Amino acid sequence: MAAPIDAVGAKSNSTTLLIRRIICYVVLTLVAVISLIPFYILIINMTREHSHIQKGFSVLPEGKLIDNFKSVINNQDWKMLNSLKNSLIVSALSALLSTYFSALTAYAIHVYDFKLRKPVFTFILMIMMVPTQVSALGFVRLMTSWKLIDNFIPLIVPSIAAPATFFFMKQYMESSLPLDIVEAARIDGSGEFRTFNSLILPIMKPAIAVQAIFTFVSSWNNFFIPGLILSDKNKRTLPIVINIIRSADYSVFDMGSVYMAIGISILPVALVYLFLSKFIIRGIALGSVKG
Amino acid sequence: MMVKRKSISYAKWGYIFIIPFFVVFIIFNLVPLVSTFYNSFFENYIAQGYMQIGPNWVGMDNYSTLFSPDTELSKYLGNTFVLWLLGFIPQIFFSLLFASWFTDLRLKLKTGAYKVIFYLPNVIMAAAMGMLFFTLFSPNGPINDIYMKITGAAEPIRYFDNVWTQRSVIAIINFLMWYGNTTIMLMAAINGIDTSLYESAQIDGANPTQTFWKITIPLIRPILLYVLITSLIGGLQMYDVPQIITKNGENVNRTSMTLVMYLQKHLFSKNYGMAGALSVILFIIAGVLSMLVFFFVQERDPKAKKKKGGNK
Repeated sequence: MAAPIDAVGAKSNSTTLLIRRIICYVVLTLVAVISLIPFYILIINMTREHSHIQKGFSVLPEGKLIDNFKSVINNQDWKMLNSLKNSLIVSALSALLSTYFSALTAYAIHVYDFKLRKPVFTFILMIMMVPTQVSALGFVRLMTSWKLIDNFIPLIVPSIAAPATFFFMKQYMESSLPLDIVEAARIDGSGEFRTFNSLILPIMKPAIAVQAIFTFVSSWNNFFIPGLILSDKNKRTLPIVINIIRSADYSVFDMGSVYMAIGISILPVALVYLFLSKFIIRGIALGSVKG
Repeated sequence: MMVKRKSISYAKWGYIFIIPFFVVFIIFNLVPLVSTFYNSFFENYIAQGYMQIGPNWVGMDNYSTLFSPDTELSKYLGNTFVLWLLGFIPQIFFSLLFASWFTDLRLKLKTGAYKVIFYLPNVIMAAAMGMLFFTLFSPNGPINDIYMKITGAAEPIRYFDNVWTQRSVIAIINFLMWYGNTTIMLMAAINGIDTSLYESAQIDGANPTQTFWKITIPLIRPILLYVLITSLIGGLQMYDVPQIITKNGENVNRTSMTLVMYLQKHLFSKNYGMAGALSVILFIIAGVLSMLVFFFVQERDPKAKKKKGGNK
């Protein structure tokens, strides 16, 4: 490439590099701060009482954290603790089922040479991008006729068929599951199903961990389908409670409680994320189509 | 995987192990999908809140109602596209910028903490993000408080009473939630580029802007396309954030109501015929976009294998 000589590039390289580096850090830090400000305001306002929040913004926290927490969990319209429990149950079981069965399906495609192997793989890739909303009508009607409204089964069991999780597991197996291991297990007399459970699953641990986190988070955050399936006060998950807070007459609310309710929905996942961020960030790049 | 299985007797295990996936897929996805299509040909709704009409076979009537001027389908399609575009433009701009900085061999930036912060909003519940931003941007919320203190304005900005400010708040949330994800995807793509290309360009005296436009962009074009289409599919499904921000879509004359919010409205009021027809239209749009992604994935797979075979 016969590039025209750049006026700056010809000069002292190290100064321009230093200037560029400083510009980069300034811009990156600015964007990082902007990304964090909403959460900062949230945490500050979780510690303040209604009248102070109405008066204006404060940089420093105040002492009402416990009071706000108490008034949120005692609010019988919101039933926050109960919803927190429901969200935990649904998300944890979804993550468990999704990772186990996706690994099993990926293992079948990876290891066994059966006639429909290629078509099955192609089919799963094809359905990967179909949005769940397009079949929501039939789904809700079917669940209604099976009396599964206000039941967690429609929110948990479908995660067994998770094409994206399957695809990730398949990618991971291609890079780190040599077929010799399976062969060796067979020679040792291990049955196929036992080989998968006691030998393959431990090897898949890193992939399972990453996908368990992703499935947990997306189930925790899911709003559309639970909104159509759950209506009982005692069966709500967190996003539905958020919607109820928003839909009610906003002006009558104690703002300290509103911020606290948002915080209870957001912070558990945010904290888990911060602890496991190394894992997760590596997983995103792996999960995408290989570049 | 080129290893040929010697024994055929293991093949049955392949079928056994995919049974759970397909049983669940058929019950919870395929049957509902077919039933949704079937429902779209029936008139089936509740009139005036109590009178059940139908189900009566009406053929394509639901579709023609959907496309008639007074049902506003095109308005909601337009809303969805505008909301997506407003979020996507800053998203792709910052993601490209940051991805190229993070992978620049000369800059040697410390990226760990930034990546963690940039990706953080993506794991946050979208409904809660919507609620948080609604409170932050409300007339007596902190954003207006800061704005009035700095400018001395007497009146707060009513973000949720105006078409474009309301749309902008939604776009800001979408941008914040997705730029980190896109940055990391593009980084993976740029890291896949042979570093010797950059080194020889440097020796030839190319500056960072030139290497970005002449090397990085052309070589990551496939991934850019992938990001664009998957983002479009995601945008088509946009629901949580505008649903919360606009109080179920009604705010400011339904100017931020998306297609899926419209679908939810029909589902909620048990207008199954219209909901069915709308689902089919969503399916077709998503299907066309998905096919593009699918061919993209397929095309990349054999290429990688061929390369491996060729080198050996």
